[in-house]
Amino acid sequence: MSISEILFYFLSVLALGSALMVVISRNPVHSVLWLIVTFFAISGHYIMMNAQFLGIVNLIVYAGAIMVLFLFVIMLMNLNAETEPKKNKWLRMAGIVAGGCLLLVMVAALKDAEVKRSVVQLKDGNIGLIKQLGETLFTDYVVPFEISSVLFLSAMVGTVVIGKKAD
Amino acid sequence: MNIEYYIVLSIALFCIGIAGVLTRRNAIIIFMCIELMLNAVNLLLVAFSKMHHLKGVATNPNAGIDGQLFVFFIMVVAAAEVSVGLAIIVMMYRNVHSVDVNFLNRLKH
Repeated sequence: MSISEILFYFLSVLALGSALMVVISRNPVHSVLWLIVTFFAISGHYIMMNAQFLGIVNLIVYAGAIMVLFLFVIMLMNLNAETEPKKNKWLRMAGIVAGGCLLLVMVAALKDAEVKRSVVQLKDGNIGLIKQLGETLFTDYVVPFEISSVLFLSAMVGTVVIGKKAD
Repeated sequence: MNIEYYIVLSIALFCIGIAGVLTRRNAIIIFMCIELMLNAVNLLLVAFSKMHHLKGVATNPNAGIDGQLFVFFIMVVAAAEVSVGLAIIVMMYRNVHSVDVNFLNRLKH
């Protein structure tokens, strides 16, 4: 078992376990903290696949900024395990069964797909570096980039408008 | 690592997100589960980009870079979505003092 396999299994177990804990834990603050662990594991996967820029951006944007936003909102509302909405036991069971069935069907459908010969390797290629990504982003994808800046601006304005106290 | 390991990992993460959306009632947790599903898709896009890079690097040194740029744009859209969604949740909490999505039943009548 090579070092990359060991790393892959470790990161996968970490990601899946903490993703399960996000869904299971009663306290929303704990959910946020487990989600941060999941993002760290996914960033580890990115770095293993030589997508260093995306790995770092994932850490900064998701684990840093967005999760702080979530934590801030949860603490602002003073949510904890006691204020957690109660839910019908059967409905919860049905949700778990539905998710499990989707997992089963998708794995069974993709099991025999013709992708087995291609491998993802470590230490090969440098498309994940910021130089290559930036060059492509500002030549081929410059229009979507500008449009996304407009999207950000409108989201910002919309957030302020929604969050403003109506009076 | 073979690509199918990454496919199975992404599907598992995605289905955990689906199960979370279906089972939880707290609006913020539902939001976080949507983030989880977006990240599963991002992971799969990066794995496929790597696969196409290894296949086409002989002819094009930038083969497969599109997948990583799509991940970048997904992150942008997700960040915008989170800011607007959290504002909506805060407004909802201010009005009904709860984040239970069942309160949204009142949208029906």
